[in-house]
Parts: sequence; C-alpha cells; structure tokens
Amino acid sequence: MSSKKALAKRNGNGGHAPIQKKSASESHALDFGKAWDYAPAPESPDHVKLKSRYELFIGGKWVKPQSKKYFETISPSTEQKIADIAEADAADVDAAVVAARKAHDKYWAKMPGAERAKYIFRIARALQEKARELAIVESMDGGKPIKESRDVDVPLAAAHFFYHAGWADKLDYAFHGRRARPLGVAGQIIPWNFPLLMAAWKLAPALACGNTVVLKPAETTPLTALLLGQIIEEAELPPGVVNIITGAGATGAALVAHPDVNKIAFTGSTEIGKRIQRSLAGSNKKLTLELGGKAANIIFADAPIDQAVEGIIKGIYFNQGHVCCAGSRLLVEESVHDIVVRKLRDRMATLRLGDPLDKNTDVGAINSKMQLQKIKELVKIGEDEGGDRFSAPCPIPQKGYWFAPTFFTGVAQSSRIAREEIFGPVLSILTFRTPDEAVEKANNTMYGLSAGIWTDKGAKIFWLAQKLKAGVIWGNTYNKFDPSSPFGGYKESGFGREGGRQGLSAYVELE
Amino acid sequence: MTLQVQVQSKKQFGAPAYFNPASPPVDQVAIEERVAALAKRSIKKASKVAGLRLSVAMMDLTTLEGKDTAGKVRQMCQKALLPLDSDPSIGPVAAVCVYPNLVTVAKKALKGSTVKVASVATAFPSGQSPLPIKLDDVRRAVEFGADEIDMVIDRGAMLAGDYRKVFDEIAATKEACGAAHLKVILETGELGSLDTVRKASEIGIAAGGDFIKTSTGKIVPAATPQVTLVMLEAIRDHFYATGNKIGMKPAGGIRTAKQALHYLVIVKETLGDAWLTPDLFRFGASTLLNDVLMQLEKERTGFYQANEDFSKD
Amino acid sequence: MKTKTKKHTNGSAVTAAAPLAKIVSKSTTRNRLTVNRAYKMYVGGAFIRSESGRYFQVKTSAIVKGADPDVLNMPRGSRKDVRDAVLAAKNAEHGWASRTAFNRGQILYRLAEMMESRRDELAVSLERGGLTKEEAAAEVDASIDRCVYYAGFADKFHALVASSNPVAGPHFGFSVPEPMGVVGVIAPSRPSLLGLVSTVLPVICGGNTCVALASEADPRTALVWTECVATSDMPGGVINILTGHPKEIAPNLAKHREVIAIDAWLADQKLRVSLETDGADNVKRVKTHDEAQARWSGRSGEGVSYIERFLETKTVWHPVGI
Repeated sequence: MSSKKALAKRNGNGGHAPIQKKSASESHALDFGKAWDYAPAPESPDHVKLKSRYELFIGGKWVKPQSKKYFETISPSTEQKIADIAEADAADVDAAVVAARKAHDKYWAKMPGAERAKYIFRIARALQEKARELAIVESMDGGKPIKESRDVDVPLAAAHFFYHAGWADKLDYAFHGRRARPLGVAGQIIPWNFPLLMAAWKLAPALACGNTVVLKPAETTPLTALLLGQIIEEAELPPGVVNIITGAGATGAALVAHPDVNKIAFTGSTEIGKRIQRSLAGSNKKLTLELGGKAANIIFADAPIDQAVEGIIKGIYFNQGHVCCAGSRLLVEESVHDIVVRKLRDRMATLRLGDPLDKNTDVGAINSKMQLQKIKELVKIGEDEGGDRFSAPCPIPQKGYWFAPTFFTGVAQSSRIAREEIFGPVLSILTFRTPDEAVEKANNTMYGLSAGIWTDKGAKIFWLAQKLKAGVIWGNTYNKFDPSSPFGGYKESGFGREGGRQGLSAYVELE
Repeated sequence: MTLQVQVQSKKQFGAPAYFNPASPPVDQVAIEERVAALAKRSIKKASKVAGLRLSVAMMDLTTLEGKDTAGKVRQMCQKALLPLDSDPSIGPVAAVCVYPNLVTVAKKALKGSTVKVASVATAFPSGQSPLPIKLDDVRRAVEFGADEIDMVIDRGAMLAGDYRKVFDEIAATKEACGAAHLKVILETGELGSLDTVRKASEIGIAAGGDFIKTSTGKIVPAATPQVTLVMLEAIRDHFYATGNKIGMKPAGGIRTAKQALHYLVIVKETLGDAWLTPDLFRFGASTLLNDVLMQLEKERTGFYQANEDFSKD
Repeated sequence: MKTKTKKHTNGSAVTAAAPLAKIVSKSTTRNRLTVNRAYKMYVGGAFIRSESGRYFQVKTSAIVKGADPDVLNMPRGSRKDVRDAVLAAKNAEHGWASRTAFNRGQILYRLAEMMESRRDELAVSLERGGLTKEEAAAEVDASIDRCVYYAGFADKFHALVASSNPVAGPHFGFSVPEPMGVVGVIAPSRPSLLGLVSTVLPVICGGNTCVALASEADPRTALVWTECVATSDMPGGVINILTGHPKEIAPNLAKHREVIAIDAWLADQKLRVSLETDGADNVKRVKTHDEAQARWSGRSGEGVSYIERFLETKTVWHPVGI
C-alpha cells in the first residue's frame, strides 16, 4: 500500500484528522477500567484528638448548655457518631450575645487596629500549624474528600485570616476618606458545605473591622468551628470576642431574633434567607445574605474543549456539588454538544467515589441523609420530565450517604432541574446557538451568583461578562476563590460581598 | 509565494495529502492545574510495585552521546536485558535507543531477546540538514537493523508556519522507514507554547507517525507532564475520530520513579487501560531505571536504598 | 577580688583565674573572653565584607556592656560593592515580582516574627548606638509593628491604586500597579532601625528589589536586622544592605543604569541635587528628602503612598464584543 493510501486509511477521510465531529462513533471507546488500579491510600487520623463531647464557647470559656441538651454529629461516610454537641437554646444565645457585647465595649472596639491585626494573624498562623488535623476533621464530619479539605478548605481559611488581619489597621483607606466604626455584635450563621472556610469568611472581616461575633455553625458540621474556638482560645483573644453556639434551626432563629445583635450574616438556602430578611424588617439590624445559585457554565465551540470539560467537572462535581456557585447548568454551543458530552462521560469514568479520608477520592459523601433524599427526589423529577440521565459507573459503598456524579441531557429552561437548585453532583445540560441566546438562557433564573464562560476569544469573555447577571464570573476557569476577590450574588442569590475591600463594607458604619 | 509552494507540493505528491492545521486551542493554566491534580494521586503498595514494574517494561534505555563506543553500548544492553541481577523477574526493558553507528552492536548484544533497537535519525538532534540526507540517514539505520526510528521534526519550519513542509518530511520519513516503526520527536522544549505542541502532535499523527515523542533530550526543557498531557489529548481526539491508537513517548528529564508514576497516572486517566503497555507508551530515559529499581527494592525490603548498590552500566 | 576555691572531681583545689581577670578587657563577663561579632554587609542573601577591604569605625556607647568592643570596624562599601549589590537585586527581581502578593505578605510577616524574636538584641544594639533603654525599646516596637503593617498591605494596596477605567467606547480598560525594578535607598541616619525599615519595606512590599545604604551613624543595628531578613524566607537579593559613607555610595547608585529609582533621605543638599542630576541619565524616578523633615512614628511614617511611589501603572485595553 502506498504511503498516501496508508495515510488516508489512518486518518479516516482523505487524510484529514478532524478533531470534533458532530456524531463521534461510539465504537471507538476508551476503556477506563481496572488495569493498574490504585491501592487504598488512607490519610491516617491517628494523631487527631477529638473530645467525645463539646460544650458551647461563650465568654472565653467552654460552658454547658442551659438547655441541657446535646445532639450527635456523625460521619456521613460511615454513619458513625463522632461526638456529642451542645445544643444552644434561647438562653444560651442570650448569654453569648451578652458576652459579645461586653467584649466589644470593654476590649475590642477600643483596641487599636494594629493590635487587633496581630490577634487575627495569630489565628491565621495556628490554622497553618494545625492544618492537617483540621483537614481530617473536616472530611470526617462533612464527607468531603481529604484532598479538598487539605488543599482548598484549610489553606483558604488561613489565607482569609491572613488577608483580613492586614485590613484591621488600614480601614481609613478602605472607605474613601470616611471614618469607619464597627457595627457592634455580629450574629453569623454558616452552612455545612465548607464549614471551616465559611467560618473564616465570616469571622475574619468582622473581627478586622472591630466587631465581636456570635457564630452558629451548621448542625451537621460543627467540629471544625469548635476546633477554631480552641485556636481562638489559644491565641488569647479577649474573652467574648468570638462566641460559638452550636445548634440547629431554632438556635439560628434565636440569634437572628436577639434584640442586641447589630448585624446578621447568613449563608445558606434562598428559602431561609428570605425568612430571615422578613423577620428583620423594621429592625435596625444590618443584613448580608449569601444564598443559592443555579449557575450557567457556558461552553462555546471555540473553547479549549478538553480544558472546558475539566471546568465542568470542577464546576459541578467538586465538593459533591454542594456549592452555592456550582456550575449546575451546562450551556453548550449546539455544534459541539456531542463531543463535549462524550468527553464528559469519559472524564467521569475516572472519578473515584468513596472514603473521604482516602487521598485518591475525588467524590466524597453527601453531607446528610436529608440532603441525599432531596437530591434523589429532584433526580427522579428530572427523569420523569424526560431528561436522559447518565450516572458515572462508580461502585457505591454499603454504608453512608452517596450519589454518583450524574448529568441529564435534553434539558430545557422549562425543566425543573434547570430551575431548581439540587445542591448535589447533578448537572443539567442545555444547548444554545448564539451568544445572545446563551446570555438569555443564562440570565433566565431568579438566581444570580455565578457563571462560567469558556471560549478562546477574549472579547467574547468581556462581552458576556458585561451581560451576565451574576456576581462572580469565571472566564476559562471555575470555582476559584481568593480572600482579595469579592464574592457574592445578584438577585435572589443574596446581597453583600465577602472578600476584598468591598467585603469590609458589611461590617462597618461610616461616619 | 504561496501559489508556488502549492504547485510544488502538487508536483511531489500528486493529489495533496490534506491535513488541517486548525488545531483546537489549549489553555495553559488549566493544563497546569490538571497535571498538578493528577500528581496528587497516591500510588501505594501493590499498585506502586505494579506501576514501577510497568515503567521498566516501558523503558527505552538510551545513550546518545558523541563519545558512545561499542563497549558502552554492549554494557548498556546487558543492563537492558537484566536490570537487577538479584531479581531476574524485573525487566527486560522495551528497547534501547542509540545513534545509527551503534545499531549493529546493539542488535548483536540483544540477539534472541524481546528488546528492540531504536535508532535516532534525520540529522538528530537538530534536523537542520537537507531532506535527502535525512532520509538516507533513516534508510541506513534501518539497513543496520533498527526496529524503530526516532526522527526529529523541522522546528524551524514549524515556528515559521510552514506546516506543509513539516508534514511532508514526516510522511517521507515514514516511507523510508519501511517496516520499522516511526516515532516523531516534536522537540516540545523549542515549540514555545502548548498550542504549537498540539498542532505539531496532530501533524505528526496525520503524517504517519506510530508514536509522537516529546524531546531529543539534548535541550532543556525536555519532557514535561504538561506537554505530555497535551500530546495525549491529541492522540485521544485522533482515536475518537478514527479508532487508531497512536503511541506516546516522553523523553529526557525523567529521573525519578515518582515522576514515572505521575506520567503513568496521566496516561491512565487520559487514555485509559489500552495505553498502559509498551506498545503504546515508552519512557526515554537512562538514570530513571536505577531510581525505579531502588524504589522496587525499598518496597520489597522496607529499607531505603543506597545508590551504590545498583549497577552503573 | 575574692577568689572562690572550688574542687576538682579528684578532690584537689581549683583556684579561679584571678591573673586572667586582670589582663582581659572590660567586655569580659564571668571571667570568660567574649567572641566579638564581625559586622558584615548583606548582599544576595550572603554576609560579605567590602570588596575593597576598607573599613570605617563606629563607637559603642560606654553605658552598655556586652559583646561589642568600644570601637567597631564596619565595612566601608565601595563602588564595586554597589555594582555587585545591584546585580544581586536585578537577579532577584523577576522571582520576587512573580510571587503572589499573598506570598510576599507571608514572607514579610515571617520577617516580623524574626524581628520579634530578636527584639532584645535589636534594642541592645540601638542602646550601644547611643539610645536610652526606653528610646531603644520604643523604636524596636515601632519597627516590628511597621513590618506587620507592610506584611498586611502586600495583597491589598492593589484594591486602592488599581482601577477599572470607564472609557468611552466598547473596550474594557483597566490599570494595574506593577513594581518598577531595582530601587536604591539611602536610609535616614536617625532613627537608624525604624528609618531603614520604613524606607525599605514599602519598596519591596510593592514587588521591587532593593539596595539600601544603612545609617552611617549607626550601621550596627541595620546589620543585626539583616540577620532577621536572612532567617525570614526572604529570597536572597531582594533586600541588600550596604554600610559606608553616603558620599561614596549614593552617587554610584544614581549612576547605575540598572537602578530604576532612588529614595534618598539626606541632610546634605548638594548631594541630593547631584543624585537628581545623575539619575536623569536613564530617567530614574528620583525622590530625595531632607531627612530632618521626616517623621517616622505613627501614621505619618507609613501608608499606601510609600508603596505607590515605587509602582508603575500599566493600563490595558481590550475590546468587548463577539
């Protein structure tokens, strides 16, 4: 056979090696099987010392709850109990607010910013020193892979404290010549998806601006906040500057309702956010909300496709999809739909689901039985609506709460799974034809937290960034966070920003 | 000028062999992130031993120096056949890689074994000679008995945008190889960007290469996980489109077992099981072998090894 | 002097070294000769003497005893030392500027940690240089806090000096700060530590590298401070400290075309003018100050303006369209 003919045979039609075909043949299938399977690589939790019972951290002391009640925190990957956690009732919340007020008036508000800064630097340093322990506890308590808690959650949390420490004595620069004063006592309610990181996002700016804090961690993930309480104690912060009251919805409601709290910061579901906003009507309390999302991750035909597929994975399967800014809607330009879906399917075949403490795990446990139930319900709705479902073929462990990474194709904006936040590893895939159509569909939601744009064309990124109604826009990347970068939503994804100079506004009163 | 070039090509090959230089864009930052994520895979115990053994089986033990002699090559071939005298189950390697003048010596030393003889050719490493000389270089190496030919592409033409020339030279080299299998060295360290690495990969595949290879090993940077990932993606897209499996070889700068395992992870998680074989993946290396042997011994005995315990051939 | 009679382990008596006590200098404590420190300059991460071999002498205040003799020999920096230091700073330029701002802040914070752990030594050095105990303690406190201040600014000043420019057209316009390169600093002669820290740190906080001449009156404390720098993870070449005479060092910085900017705190007006004149050769950004006018304590001694003075502004345009 002549070399030309051999070439033609080799390269399919006429020597052409096309890169993206509309309908790629499924007979050319890659096999991501068991050849050279990775052995278990568990991160040892032996050096981690946890108590069997945790009290409330109020006024610099660990105090028993006046409610006399405790609840369990379990590991969602094994369903085993880890510890008993104090449940704060209204009286406990009151004690915490009183302690915070005292600390504010007596120590914290008067303290020069440069001194406050040094306290916050101490917290940051301790987070670095105890990083491994915090990462392990985070994975045990919440279900996320150790790879993520070790490489993302804990370092970012430390970075937030480092960053905000530096603002404490520079507030005179942050507000265009107007003098800033702390608001007073801040009540902060944080979610279960990034427990330690959310605590850092809330505490660091509040403390830097001279406020004292009452923090209510989520009931399924209280442990790292409590370890942070120990760190704060070891850093010798004046008693009452930070108070940690564990509990569930009732504890949070009591904090929101307390008359001596000057500001409420809430990260969680849009539904609860609205409830809080309603309850604060007519009060003088300041409010910031960081709520849900249904972000569009938009892939154009001229995108670096393999890297865009990686961006899809990062966007929706990172942290099991328990991310408010998750790219839960894939809007893909119709001309590359098939190849993107094919590559996505192949890429999902290498996702490893399992023990959060295994260093090779990519997808951890769903945070709670309740959340797993919600995900299953919405996925059933997706199937009933006629969407084509694909779930990665991962073996699912016997015990624990798990959901395999899943996507639906053939979704439309009218589908419920395109409109409702699932908060799990479930992606809805829609197509578009033109940039205008992409924008229209992307904005067609009551949410507005984030969006992703994948294209090789710079001008197009800026054009879309201008038109998308979202507070955070990622161009050729996804789920990137930095303490210097303001984060927050448009519309029903909430208001207010966290991070950057802009994030400080939430915690000061300007004279 | 363009018209002239087109006419010339038409004369050489009749109907022009068509290839599409419009390769997809590659995002460098995302490639770096993916490579770093794959480096986090923790390869322990049985999978570590299996990976290390596979690395040995995939090795092209290489010597490409002006001062190479028959004695040097014979000793390297001995190492290729039996890397660790205390454990004959390890090895042999996939191939040895030498200059054309040493092919006969290597062939004789490896007679009766499964170890292939690969020869560099086409005015290696620069490729800056007229095509007839480069093709003659290939034919002679094949006559000497080379089973595999590692050619270099014309990087000057690549960077000047003369993709047709790059393509034609590879196609002509493939023809000159006859039955010998062809590896196309892109010299990624000179190409300047991952976009160009992608484009060169596609040209190498389309023009008939059986393998695409990163580097000559004569400049820095040589092989990197980043260019390797880009090249594997080009191989993947070609497979999707045609069902043909092209091989890949990173060469140069791979010195430690840890690096080798990282490369295997990249292959496994990009192309899957079918590529985890010496038929489709090779390491071009020399010092790597001893580090792999040291790691295998450490796994076997539990003791960290000393350098001097391993033969230096 | 009374001598105690001790016993050897074998029971025989040991007499204390009374004759030795007579012949050693007053810097001996507990009948043991002290090991005097040789003070060296700090260039490219290494401690060096002047290539010229020259020295000048500095007196130790009589009030403070300890391991410093009455008179110290200090390296007297030369033109070639300036040349070598600028080369070191130039080589460190790319690495320092391409680190993340967060990383630079972390290194500056580590420097503050090192200074805090050496606070007694720094204070004693200032006292040996003539300050009272109270003055020295206050200056060290202020210097450490100033270091923390700039550590905290490294990843923030961008928010204050960068801009998005609302240009009249379909373009996205933005302006970002960038470091200038190698900056030469002539530090104030007093306060010798706070003045050095207050002029050098904002320069490197902004991503520049620095060649600084320490105080001529008290070079000692500057060189103790360089030991903090050396143990702080600061890459070699980012901060280079020379000792010597301003009249010899400053003009060589001004005449070096690899130096892009100068910050000179000098009482000598003629010298200031000559720096401005010579700096014009490569359009240096020269800022000279009469150091008598400076106030280093409190808010007047620190701020974003100290950083901004040694930043370039880069403005970028990009179309917005499909």
